[in-house]
Amino acid sequence: MTGSLSRDVILTILVSAILIWIMPLMIATYTLTVLVIYGMLGLSLGLIWGFGGILCFGQAAFFGLGAYTYAIAAINIGESTVPMILAVLVPAVFAALLGAMMFYGRLTDVYLGVITLVVTLILFKFMNSTAGPQYVIGKARMGGFNGIPGFQTLNVPGDPSAFIWGDAYFYVCAVALAIVFVLVSALLRSSFGRVAVGIRENETRIALMGYDVRARKTALFAVGAAIAGLAGALFANWGEIVTPNLFSLSQSAEIIIWCIVGGLGTRLGPILGAAGLAYLKFLLGQQSMIDNTLIMGLILVLFVLFLPRGIVPALASLWRISFGRRPLGRIHQVRRTRNRERLNG
Amino acid sequence: MAEIVLETQALTMRFGGVTAADNVNFKLRARELRCLIGPNGAGKSTFFKCVTGLQTPTEGQVFMRGHETTHWMPHQIASLGVGIKMQTPSVMDNLNVFENIWLAARRFYPSDEAGRKTTEMIERLALGSIARSNLGQLAHGERQRVELGLVAVADPWLVLLDEPAAGMSAEDVDRMTDIIRELNKTAAIVIVEHDMQFIRSIAEQVTVFHQGAVLMEDHVDRVMADPQVRNVYLGKKA
Repeated sequence: MTGSLSRDVILTILVSAILIWIMPLMIATYTLTVLVIYGMLGLSLGLIWGFGGILCFGQAAFFGLGAYTYAIAAINIGESTVPMILAVLVPAVFAALLGAMMFYGRLTDVYLGVITLVVTLILFKFMNSTAGPQYVIGKARMGGFNGIPGFQTLNVPGDPSAFIWGDAYFYVCAVALAIVFVLVSALLRSSFGRVAVGIRENETRIALMGYDVRARKTALFAVGAAIAGLAGALFANWGEIVTPNLFSLSQSAEIIIWCIVGGLGTRLGPILGAAGLAYLKFLLGQQSMIDNTLIMGLILVLFVLFLPRGIVPALASLWRISFGRRPLGRIHQVRRTRNRERLNG
Repeated sequence: MAEIVLETQALTMRFGGVTAADNVNFKLRARELRCLIGPNGAGKSTFFKCVTGLQTPTEGQVFMRGHETTHWMPHQIASLGVGIKMQTPSVMDNLNVFENIWLAARRFYPSDEAGRKTTEMIERLALGSIARSNLGQLAHGERQRVELGLVAVADPWLVLLDEPAAGMSAEDVDRMTDIIRELNKTAAIVIVEHDMQFIRSIAEQVTVFHQGAVLMEDHVDRVMADPQVRNVYLGKKA
């Protein structure tokens, strides 16, 4: 990663300020809010998959867990601040335990995908089967297939009657995404983040350097889950209901598609992929000519065939080729000096 | 006599019916340079993997500076200050030379100091012109040199190298020899190697493996002259 963190922060603030100002002029804030939330969910997988090399098929599990935790806690507590914190912590702790089990058990690659997928499906099945009156946590009934409606939505901290909703809620979500983005940037610049990228590149080498790969992967996995949990809680507030569909297979798959289309190994890619595809799905949902899953599938196939690195890396290369003469020149210069060195022996 | 930094006692490794390493007793003193030679399948690499924690021996023990490390993971052994380089270049292809070496330095030094040591190491290895190139774009010899650099930057007291000269040009091998000599001033070094010319140029004490066991252990000149060694290893060349 080039440039300094402070430059990153300033750039993030500028760009998000402009977007927060312009976007509501084009798209209704109610829709925008959910795009922002999906962006955060995409970023959570983009972090652990794109930078940590952990392909998690069950990011939806942490998203759903965050949403359910918020709903259940909000009903019991009657305000939103503590539930929001719990919605971040519970998925993180759950992921730390699950991650420790997987990484200390030396599971890799496809097995990791299978386990995370199965955990998501177990949660999906379980939440669907909690319709009976015996499934109660405190004052909150789990509600099975119908989910949990009617919980306290986001309020100003310390004043449970001052609800944050509508346009104001969009601004809260957008600012939250900007903050998470800056935190992720800082994490990736830290030693921890740089070692995580090293693990993605070559796990054995990093272990032979003396780093405990298992512990570091577990920690990164938990961070990803915390972000997904926050997105889940924001989603619960937006929908004002949580249902087992949060844990569904299609939800899980969609997050992965967002990352592939947006571009792995970038911070912006998964956010743009998520928001873009979710908006497209929203638009397609308004017509009934073609089934929208068909178009989604087509997009994925086209991307894998023609833009396998995703939108953001492709745009970045295009930008470099058209405007960035300098980096290209530097490569030539390096080659020239290397050739000269070889000639001189 | 300097202290013993690496010792194995009756180290045995079996894969099913095959005994790849058979009752190996091995001692290495501080700042010693030892080459392990032997024909293919002699057990050198198995021995190497057991010592580095990549495999756990079936029987026997491994000691490093008094710690028993038999059942340790590779990262625990590396944390003791042991530098390990495997047979094929194992580097991070999508990261540049600086980042590769920095990651190794960061394990033992705070961020700023790691940066300083990395810059120093890049200068020492004459990698300055390609410091910002990704490892994936580099030639084999350069990659080997970077990997040696990331082993050296952590200031190890014991270095284990598996075939460091494999597939390198004569010029690269010379440079590699210089780096290893430099390392040897502060660290004991074990080299598993095939390239006899390289061994002649660098080794003093040599351990010969044959069929999983240690055949002999002596000065390189006497090993090369030994008729038994010529038989099992150099064979037709003699």
